[in-house]
Amino acid sequence: MTETSSDVMIQASGLTHYYGPQPAIEDVNFGVKKGEILGFLGPNGAGKTTTMRILTGFMPPTQGQVTLGGFDVVEQSLEVRRRIGYLPETVPLYTEMPVNGYLKYMGTLRGMPSRRIRQRISDVIDVCRLGDYQKTTIGKLSKGYRQRVGIAQAILHEPEVLVMDEPTIGIDPIQVVETRRLIQDLGKQQTVVLSSHILPEVSMICERVLIIHQGRIVAEDTPENLAQRLQGVDRLQVEVGGPPEEVLPALRQVPGVTQVTHRRQGDREVYTVNAESGQDLRDEISRVVVGQGWGLLSMQLMGMSLEDIFLRLTTEEEGV
Amino acid sequence: MRTIQAVAWKEILVYFGNPMAYIVGLIFLAVTGFFFVIDLGNPFPEASLGNFFQGATIILVLLAPALTMRLLSEEQKLGTIELLLTSPVRDWEVIIGKYLASLVFLISLIALTLYYPLLLFLFAEPDPGPIYSGYLGFILYGSAALSIGILTSTLTSNQIVAFIVSAGILLLLFFANTGADVVGGFWSTLVTEIGMRSHFTDFERGVIDTKHIVYFISVTAFFLFLSIRALESRRWR
Repeated sequence: MTETSSDVMIQASGLTHYYGPQPAIEDVNFGVKKGEILGFLGPNGAGKTTTMRILTGFMPPTQGQVTLGGFDVVEQSLEVRRRIGYLPETVPLYTEMPVNGYLKYMGTLRGMPSRRIRQRISDVIDVCRLGDYQKTTIGKLSKGYRQRVGIAQAILHEPEVLVMDEPTIGIDPIQVVETRRLIQDLGKQQTVVLSSHILPEVSMICERVLIIHQGRIVAEDTPENLAQRLQGVDRLQVEVGGPPEEVLPALRQVPGVTQVTHRRQGDREVYTVNAESGQDLRDEISRVVVGQGWGLLSMQLMGMSLEDIFLRLTTEEEGV
Repeated sequence: MRTIQAVAWKEILVYFGNPMAYIVGLIFLAVTGFFFVIDLGNPFPEASLGNFFQGATIILVLLAPALTMRLLSEEQKLGTIELLLTSPVRDWEVIIGKYLASLVFLISLIALTLYYPLLLFLFAEPDPGPIYSGYLGFILYGSAALSIGILTSTLTSNQIVAFIVSAGILLLLFFANTGADVVGGFWSTLVTEIGMRSHFTDFERGVIDTKHIVYFISVTAFFLFLSIRALESRRWR
C-alpha cells in the first residue's frame, strides 16, 4: 500500500462507524490503486456494506477519513459521487419504470448529456445482455435480469470507480459466471471494489483481498498468498528473555524455520516464527531457548483466528 | 436545474401512469362536484364557487397527503434512495423536484374543475373576482399542504404513517382558528395566524391580500426546508 503515490484511487484511514453503541466497523484502513480490483471478503454482518456505503458517500463514517481520486468523501461528496458507479446489495430499482426509461433517468441524474446517454444505453444494454428487455417494466424482470439492470446503471456513466456490494448474490450459476467475467472485463479499465462472502469468488476475480471480520480487517493479501496461508504455514509467537541479537540467529537455525521476525512490546521481546507447513516446532524451539539459558516466557500458535474465518467463509457456500 | 427537472419528470410520469393517482383524482372531482351542486337545490341559488372551495379545502386535507406519501417513503422502503443519494444530486434538488411534480399533478387536477366556473359563465352571470382569487388561493393552499406531506414522507419509510401524520397536521391547521376563542389574547391571535383555513377566507371573498400570499409561500418554504434537513439528517443519524 503506497500512500502518497499518484496512482492511489481510494485511501481510507481509521474508518469507524457506529450503529448505536456497537461499532459496525472499527479502525478500517486500506488503499486501492487505480485499475485494481479489490475484494472485501467476510461473513454476513462483517461490515462490508457499511464500508461500501461510506465509500460511496451514502453516509459518513463516525470517525476516520476516505478520499477517492483525491476528493474527501464527506467534504467533497458531489465530486466523489460523480466518479463512482454503485451497485447496492439489494439492487434497488424503480419497479414501475421500463429498463431504458430507468437508465435514461439515472444518466440524467449523473449529469450526462442526452446524446451520450442514448449512446451509452445501447452500449450497456449490449454489455449486460438486456437487449430483449429494454422496454420491459423492471418489476416484471427476474432477479438475475434485475441484477443486470443494476450493473448497467452502475457502469452507464463510465465511472472511474465501480463499487459493487455482493454482485453475484441471489442469481443463478450461469449468470454468476457471466457476471464475474463482466466484472473482470470492467476491471481492465476501471477501479473496482467489490464485496463477497464466497472465498473462491473473490480469489477468482480480485487482484487483492481484504478479509473483514467483526468490523475489522484481519488480513490483506493477494488471493494466491492467502490460499498459501490457508494451506497452513504455521506461525508461532514466542516471548524470550534474552538478548535479541543472540536469540534471532539461534531461532533461525532451528530446522524447519523459514522466517523469524522480532519486535519489542514494551520491555518484552517478541518473536514471530514462521515454520514450514504442517510442522509443529514448539518442542524444538523451547528446547533451543531453554538450552541457551534464556527464559521462555510465552509461546502461542498464531493464525488460528484467520483459519476460523476461512472455515466459516468456505463452508457457507460450497462448489462455486 | 436539469437534475430537478429529471426528478420531477420521473415523478410526473409515475403520477400519470399510476391508477392510484386517477382514483384520487376521481374522488377529488366527485366530492368537489357534490359541493358545487349542493347549492343548486335552493330556490335562489347563488352563481358562485363558494361551496366548491369549501369542499375543495376540506378534501385537500386528504388529497395532499395521498399525493405526497409515496414520494420519499417508497424510495426509503425500496432502498432506491441509496442509489439516488449516491448520484451526484444535491439533497435539495431531490426535495424540490418531488415537490414540483406533486404541484404539477395537483394543478392539473384543479384544472379539471374549471368546467364548474365555465358552467356558471354559460348559464349565469357570476362575479369573476372571487373565482380568480379563489383559484389562486387554492393553489397556494395546495402548495403548502403538499410541502407538509413531503416532510412526513421524508421522515418515514411507511407510506401509511406519512399519510396519517400529514393529514393530522393539515386537519389541525384547518380547524386552528375555531379553537382560537378558547385561549384569547395573544395566543388567540397566534393560533388564528398559524391556522391555514383562515388565510384562505379572503381569497374566497375575492380579496387578494399579500399577507395571505406571503403566509402560504412561507409555509411551503418552511416545510420544504425542514424536508431537506430531514433528508440530510441521515448523515448524523
